[in-house]
Amino acid sequence: MSLDDATRLAHDLKLRRLRRERNGRLMKHAFLIGVSCIMLYPLLWLLSASLKPENEIFGNIELWPSAFQFQNYTKGWHALPESFTIFYVNSTIVTVLSVIGNLLSCSFAAYAFARLRFTGRNFFFALMMMTLMIPYHVVLIPQYVQFLQLGWVDTYLPLVVPRFLASDTFFIFLMVQFFRQLPRELDEAAMIDGCSPFKIYWAIILPLSLPAMGTAAIFSFIWVWEDFLAPLIYLNDIKSYTVPLALRLFLDQEGQSAYGQMFAMSVLSLVPVVIFFVLFQKLIVRGIATSGMK
Amino acid sequence: MKRFIARNAPGYIFLLPWFLGFFLLALGPILASLYLSFTRYDMVNAPRWIGLGNYEYMFMRDRRFWKALEVTFHYVVLAVPARLVMALAVAMLLDKGLRSIGLYRAIFYLPSLLGASIAIAILWRQLFDANGVVNQALASLGIQGPEWLTNPDTSLYTLVVLAMWQFGSPMLIFLAGLRGIPRDLYEAAEIDGTPRWRQFTRITLPLLAPVIFFNLVLQTIDAFKTFSSAFIISNGTGAPADSMLFYTVYLFNEAFKFFRMGYASALAWVLLIIIAIFTAAAFLTSKYWVHYENERD
Repeated sequence: MSLDDATRLAHDLKLRRLRRERNGRLMKHAFLIGVSCIMLYPLLWLLSASLKPENEIFGNIELWPSAFQFQNYTKGWHALPESFTIFYVNSTIVTVLSVIGNLLSCSFAAYAFARLRFTGRNFFFALMMMTLMIPYHVVLIPQYVQFLQLGWVDTYLPLVVPRFLASDTFFIFLMVQFFRQLPRELDEAAMIDGCSPFKIYWAIILPLSLPAMGTAAIFSFIWVWEDFLAPLIYLNDIKSYTVPLALRLFLDQEGQSAYGQMFAMSVLSLVPVVIFFVLFQKLIVRGIATSGMK
Repeated sequence: MKRFIARNAPGYIFLLPWFLGFFLLALGPILASLYLSFTRYDMVNAPRWIGLGNYEYMFMRDRRFWKALEVTFHYVVLAVPARLVMALAVAMLLDKGLRSIGLYRAIFYLPSLLGASIAIAILWRQLFDANGVVNQALASLGIQGPEWLTNPDTSLYTLVVLAMWQFGSPMLIFLAGLRGIPRDLYEAAEIDGTPRWRQFTRITLPLLAPVIFFNLVLQTIDAFKTFSSAFIISNGTGAPADSMLFYTVYLFNEAFKFFRMGYASALAWVLLIIIAIFTAAAFLTSKYWVHYENERD
């Protein structure tokens, strides 16, 4: 084999490899696009069902409605004994207060665990990590009895107050992970300058931790917004219902053929979550990768 | 003493909200729940001590308790591996040199964020309706689908499919893990002519073991706690024929529908112990199949 032949052969092999790689990539894309379609289909069907005339909803896998029924939305908004305006106001109150509570109380605890020295720190940290594992159902009944005796049932207090007491332990863990990465010299320098621990927390740690706080804020927003169990237990009066509870009322009215309206309101309930997702995708993805949350 | 206070005060002050929460919302209720589990308590009359009565009834006579355990285990055994396999497969596809991975990642993750909502549970009921979308799609392939939700043999699978649909977060964690595997290992294997499958079993799986372990524990605990979707899809009862009687649904109904608070507390404690056993077992066995990289030196 001459040298020429050899280079040609090498060239040939390289070309073949490149072609194979390109074909492999195309196959992968085709496959991934297929999976994407399957993943998105239920959501698109929900959206389309919310716009379809009632008789087109069932037994129809097509996504394009023959006529757009935007009145599903306007009628659905008022389809329940109270209007959805009230449910959205309620959900917003609970969610906003809960997010504030989570951010404050969890960052307090995380700051103590990550940056301060005190007797028993490791012990308490281990306790905190253990509570991460405990299912909500175990504390549910005594908490309910407790809140009932306090007269808090049918108010938002059982939903909001625990969040001001760092009960969503997961966020403490998330913030501790982040706070620990910040350089220690910052605290030491500030201490020498006479800064109090609170000042260090407020003026140094928090401003440097905006990504972690953002991730925690987004996730607590989404989880509280979608929360079903706690509102189901604590809210009995329809005037105090949050959006998920209201959606469930549609199911009790089944047979009255208001599926389009039910789907329209379902779509609306997802809108805030989707908006948050689109806006803060990067933070969300990084938050999960670093802490491994749901 | 003064110095002790001065040194420790800031830490304890910052921990104060958590301390209150820990004692009032975690430790206190857990102990109260343990106490209530030995009583009969209907929220009207004071709790009455009945010793091991609740547990005896649960294990000896309560057929629904065993049914709930069976349903939940069945679900965990199906849903967790299905979700993890899906997550790992897609993560591996996304990991190697593709552009526009961000878009795919976003599309695959979105269902995980929405999946816990009531809106999606409502949607799922309609998708798996007797003449819903799923059966329409099957019909176009010439298959007659079952009445998914009213048939006790198939109803649980609708929830398994829902769980699979939400493979996004373990996928993201796998992706982060795959990033940590040095590329030159694969290159070396490639040069040696190692087939892809062996590259997977000899390089990817062992190096990813800690991440798989982490995902497994997290997802299993999560699966045991499944509530909202099962509650909505089964009309709040676990119907048909208790085929969707998830443990948490049973517990909820005992507590808040029938006000058998003592018995429900006992159920809650058994759940806590089951989850603890699973977590402990995962950690104890982990040393046999999970090796952390920096352990060797």
